[in-house]
Amino acid sequence: MQRASSDSRVTAGIIALAAVALLIGGALAGLALEGAHDLSGAVSAFDPYLVRVVRFTLWQALLSTLLSVVPALFVARALARHPRFFGRGLILQLFALPLALPAIVAALGILALYGNAGYFAGLLGGGNWPGIYGLSGILVAHVFFNLPLATRLFLEALGTVPANQWRLASQLGMGVRPAFRLIEWPALRAALPGVAGLVFMLCITSFTIVLTLGGGPAATTLEVAIYQALRFDFDPARAVTLTLLQIALTFAVVLALTRLGANTVGDANLPVAPRRYLPAGIAETVLNAALIVLSLLFVAGPMAATITAGLGADLGRLAGEGAVRRATLTSVGLALLSALLSVSLSLSLIMARRVLSLGRRGGAGTWLEHAMDTGAGFVLVVPPIVIGAGWFLLLRTAVDVFAIAPLMVVAVNAVMAMPFVIRAVRPAHDAASERHERLCAQLGISGWSRLRLVDWPSLRRPLATGFAFAMALSLGDLGVIALFGSDSIQTLPYLLLARMGSYRTADAAGLALLLGMVCLALVLATDRLGREERA
Amino acid sequence: MTDITGAKGGAAVRLDKVTFSYGEAPFVFDAEFAASRITAIMGPSGSGKSTLLNLVAGFETPASGRVLVGGSDVTAAPPSARPLSMVFQENNLFGHLSVEKNVGLGRSPSLSLIDADRVAVTEALRRVGLAGKEKRLPRELSGGERQRVALARVLVRDRPVLLLDEPFASLGPALRDDMLDLVAELHGERQMTVLFVTHQPEDARRLGQDMVFLDDGKVAAAGAAADFFDGAGPDAFRRYIGSGPANSRRV
Repeated sequence: MQRASSDSRVTAGIIALAAVALLIGGALAGLALEGAHDLSGAVSAFDPYLVRVVRFTLWQALLSTLLSVVPALFVARALARHPRFFGRGLILQLFALPLALPAIVAALGILALYGNAGYFAGLLGGGNWPGIYGLSGILVAHVFFNLPLATRLFLEALGTVPANQWRLASQLGMGVRPAFRLIEWPALRAALPGVAGLVFMLCITSFTIVLTLGGGPAATTLEVAIYQALRFDFDPARAVTLTLLQIALTFAVVLALTRLGANTVGDANLPVAPRRYLPAGIAETVLNAALIVLSLLFVAGPMAATITAGLGADLGRLAGEGAVRRATLTSVGLALLSALLSVSLSLSLIMARRVLSLGRRGGAGTWLEHAMDTGAGFVLVVPPIVIGAGWFLLLRTAVDVFAIAPLMVVAVNAVMAMPFVIRAVRPAHDAASERHERLCAQLGISGWSRLRLVDWPSLRRPLATGFAFAMALSLGDLGVIALFGSDSIQTLPYLLLARMGSYRTADAAGLALLLGMVCLALVLATDRLGREERA
Repeated sequence: MTDITGAKGGAAVRLDKVTFSYGEAPFVFDAEFAASRITAIMGPSGSGKSTLLNLVAGFETPASGRVLVGGSDVTAAPPSARPLSMVFQENNLFGHLSVEKNVGLGRSPSLSLIDADRVAVTEALRRVGLAGKEKRLPRELSGGERQRVALARVLVRDRPVLLLDEPFASLGPALRDDMLDLVAELHGERQMTVLFVTHQPEDARRLGQDMVFLDDGKVAAAGAAADFFDGAGPDAFRRYIGSGPANSRRV
């Protein structure tokens, strides 16, 4: 455990860190070069429109966070108060789906439900329904994604309350209200900054939702403006300004959140349901049931709409189309590579971090260990669009940017999935290391032998979980492919966007169903693997 | 690293002015453990018992001083290259590997075993009373059986020094006595040097030939184990074990 620096695991970690740094650094270099090249252009990009875009970016993220996190507190508590009822497990599983559902699929589902030509519009008859484009659409979509996520995280926080506290509460005759104040709220409050921070971060960097549901310049965020500056206006100077603003903004938010004690990497384990010693009364049960049903309808609605609309499409014709087949193959191939890269990078970082922290025994960690720790969380700060834009600017004069699309899609999505893969793998890895480290050192099990005999058997499942998740994430990516995609390289989401753009709504719905199903299958596999792990 | 393997008998262990610190109060160890003897190491919590073993095993690196085994300086050697085996209180086995594989790892860290190794593994398992349980997984064994597997691995490794870090602390009294007897028998056969950390005066009295008593990060007293229990031990030792032998096994 001493001599940590000579451990091959640390070397692998350093290589992984360097790869991530290269990806992000290259993008930043591209931005810096472009900015230096055309400084006046970058400066003149500061106009009232830009201010409006920044204000809207923050405003929608703030509202989305509030609307997701506050209800999630109560839904999570309701679920925690009733650890056993029919369908509870199913609800939790359903709540895990949006996280891996491609944003474009969800956007289509939301349009099919709430849009101008959607289910509710049909119900109310034509002109009476206000539609969903603009801020309201963005908010609905963001809440659809983040309410279930926040609920799961809060539920997990509630699960960490030791059973003895509940025993004590019941022994002391504590009522529901004091129990909430003294037991549940402290657990929730501790998780609140982290959860709110994560949601805010996801909303501030959301691209696809705003692109597809924003519906115009009045509701544009920085990310979408970057995309427009590069792909439509071709105004690199403006893209630089926007990108730097986006980085500054996210960085400031993350800094503020770290001060608050938020953890951008997070830690997600399956929510356990300890036995409860304070049973809920009838009034509370009714209220909780209503909360749960409402949130369930809200989350399940767009998914159901996706399926209904998708089944209405001419699926047979779509499946026979060459473009669809090519896009599917491209998507799956790129996603496999991306997931493989993501899992390798994550595992390298996890192992190196563990070795370094074992080596230091107490005291503050070195900058290297710190980098391995927060390096992965940091990628959430630099959104895919920003990395894509940087490389786009850097390479556009040197090579055909559309030809490097596959490389960019694989690399950027791999790095983007890292926080999630790390979250899936690290607890299992560190626990296994806790058990095995001294034994391996004593018996001289290291390198390949250790990977084969010790690490692989204990990490197989969490690695598969991470792999499936990274694959789902990459399959659903629209940010990078929107920048680099072309007629020659199309993924499913890119094709979907194109069909939406040309008002072939039925085609889009069919493709969304296909894409959604593939991601769903992956996530279900993830969940199953995760559960068997704990069985 | 295998030059000592197979040699019968033990090797002396010496801590030569070894200092070490977790960042708080420093530990200063200067001690000699005679070859082929069983030395019980006792002392209050935090006195450095486990730290001492970890320094000998190579899990911790001294800030200064030398660790000598059989006269050669192993201060800079990685744990696996030191001529010793260690049995921990728990996590001695890989949960996903069968009993025989866990023992086989003592012969080859990559589990590339030749026939002679397999014979040695079977023989060692028979010796510790686990014949017929080769294919079991650790979770299918009792706590005592798991520690027996660890001892079987000690046998196939056949190193001149054995470090025991409270290996039987979580076992019940009768089971613990069985295990102590087993260690005593194995010691009788192999004559390895045993350093044995324990909280139980009873265990020390039963197994220990010599005794090293640690207090506050250093060796407070050392000598024949019998002397300690005859009332000739230092005050700190008497305070540690309490007023008399009647109290010595509190639960």
